[in-house]
Amino acid sequence: MRTPRWVPLVYLGPAVVVMAVACLYPLLSALQLGFYDWSMGTPWAEARWVGIDAFVAAFRDAAVWRSLVTTLIFAAVCVVAEMLLGIALALALEGDVRGMAFFRTLFILPMMIAPIAVGLTWRYLFDAQFGLLNALIGLFGAAPVGWLAQEQTAFIAIIIADIWQWTPFVFIMMIAGLANVDSSVLEAARIDGATWWQTTMRVKLPMIMHVIAITLLMRLIDAFRVLEVIYILTFGGPGDSTEILSLHIYKTAFVGQRLGSAAAISVLLLVVVAALSWAALRLSNPLKDDDR
Amino acid sequence: MMRRHPAIVTAHYSTLVLLAIVCVSPIVLMFATSLKVQTQIFTNSINFFFAPTLENYREVLGEGSFTRYLTNSLIVGVVSTVITLVLGCMAAYGLARFRFRGRKTIAYTTLLLRTVPLAVLAVPVFMLWSRAGLINSLPGLILLYVAVNLPFTIWLLYGFVLQVPPEMEEAAAIDGCGPIEVFYKVVLPLIKPGLAAAAIFTFRIAWNEFILALVLTDRATRTLPVAASLYITDIGVDWGKIMALGSLIAIPPLIFTFIAARQIITGLTAGAVKG
Repeated sequence: MRTPRWVPLVYLGPAVVVMAVACLYPLLSALQLGFYDWSMGTPWAEARWVGIDAFVAAFRDAAVWRSLVTTLIFAAVCVVAEMLLGIALALALEGDVRGMAFFRTLFILPMMIAPIAVGLTWRYLFDAQFGLLNALIGLFGAAPVGWLAQEQTAFIAIIIADIWQWTPFVFIMMIAGLANVDSSVLEAARIDGATWWQTTMRVKLPMIMHVIAITLLMRLIDAFRVLEVIYILTFGGPGDSTEILSLHIYKTAFVGQRLGSAAAISVLLLVVVAALSWAALRLSNPLKDDDR
Repeated sequence: MMRRHPAIVTAHYSTLVLLAIVCVSPIVLMFATSLKVQTQIFTNSINFFFAPTLENYREVLGEGSFTRYLTNSLIVGVVSTVITLVLGCMAAYGLARFRFRGRKTIAYTTLLLRTVPLAVLAVPVFMLWSRAGLINSLPGLILLYVAVNLPFTIWLLYGFVLQVPPEMEEAAAIDGCGPIEVFYKVVLPLIKPGLAAAAIFTFRIAWNEFILALVLTDRATRTLPVAASLYITDIGVDWGKIMALGSLIAIPPLIFTFIAARQIITGLTAGAVKG
């Protein structure tokens, strides 16, 4: 039976239209908006064509570069820490642990809770006057620290919150990957007299390398998308020490009311994320076992 | 397989319990703080034993606008989830079952859209929605959430549709089922776990999200997370009330997590891990 040509259109049409109108078209508009000087609240007809000025200005703006560096350090530290912790924990805890299903349920809670709740709770924990963290170190006689009031400690705070929220994701991915490792291979390694360390480094990890790579890229892409938790926790402060690129875009547009500049910086962030996504696609092409 | 020494088992469980405590305690802290009065919150001491009070909840619920925000959140959450699922499963089926020109373009563009930072979308969407009169309206927010959630939903369900044997659909067709009947009598029941996972993820985004909602709504159309964020002012944070509101917002995702952890994990690992 041959399918008429309009059938795929019926199935895909509605979804494609919605994504095109509310996702793709806005992204292209961001590019267009970058060429205009437009303030919020004024009619679009009053927007002024400024050419590539906004893009040039974004590239020359020290604040944009500082924000980009902040984003890169934040993403690198978070993702490396989460990957190492997640992999180590998965290796230590894999196997037929009874009750694992229950523990996994608890581990996905940090990812399911609203970012606003996550941000608030950590803001409360790090609070200088009545935060639990200062109360804890107070037990050991330490003086209270203004965690969110100093640049370095505030940066550490946003990293800790991200590690808390996303290490469980890496852990769950790794547990799932390890569960798929053929047990006969491990058995063979054991018969050959391999130690736990040898089996792990030479057999298990190489066999889940694919899962590790995809998880790493997914985390990296998401680290560049983080906005809400940091918005609540520090709003980029003190100074601009925790102002990651997403937040810088938000502030430029909706605090500074410079939509054209924000759009130009958006394009910069989009290029970074698109490059990462492209790498992720190369690694896990969901269409690959297609042409059957 | 491997022998498990009792000491190793004990170490396993102690580590798991410790991790569980680390994951859960901030959430417990939020609920605990929501049950304290302001003077209890503002003491610098670790205090597990306090007389719980529902005062914060009474104040939050007593504000006339709470019902409106809750209604907005529910409408946005439920409507965008339903539309996303309907459009998503149709698109997933179309991508998995038919070969046509432009299929790969649609597939890859969809995958790339999944990774767009929301901050990048906020700026142009604000401009476009202002021009189109969609700003400060629930349909405007719903449209955006559907578009943002569709890529993930399509790819999650694509994997599930692939696992449905085409022979079953052919058999149903031979028995006289039309293409539409085949879709909802054969395919849909078989991809139910995928639909459940997609529903939870979509609802979670629509229910929790607040940056786009903050930009695209006003007093009348505000959702709960936006309302909560407004308790943070330059003067300070009204901790008791904000934690009460945060706890209320956290309840639906908590319930979903406990009743559908398996589906959530399927959704998280889909695409990267086979099986």
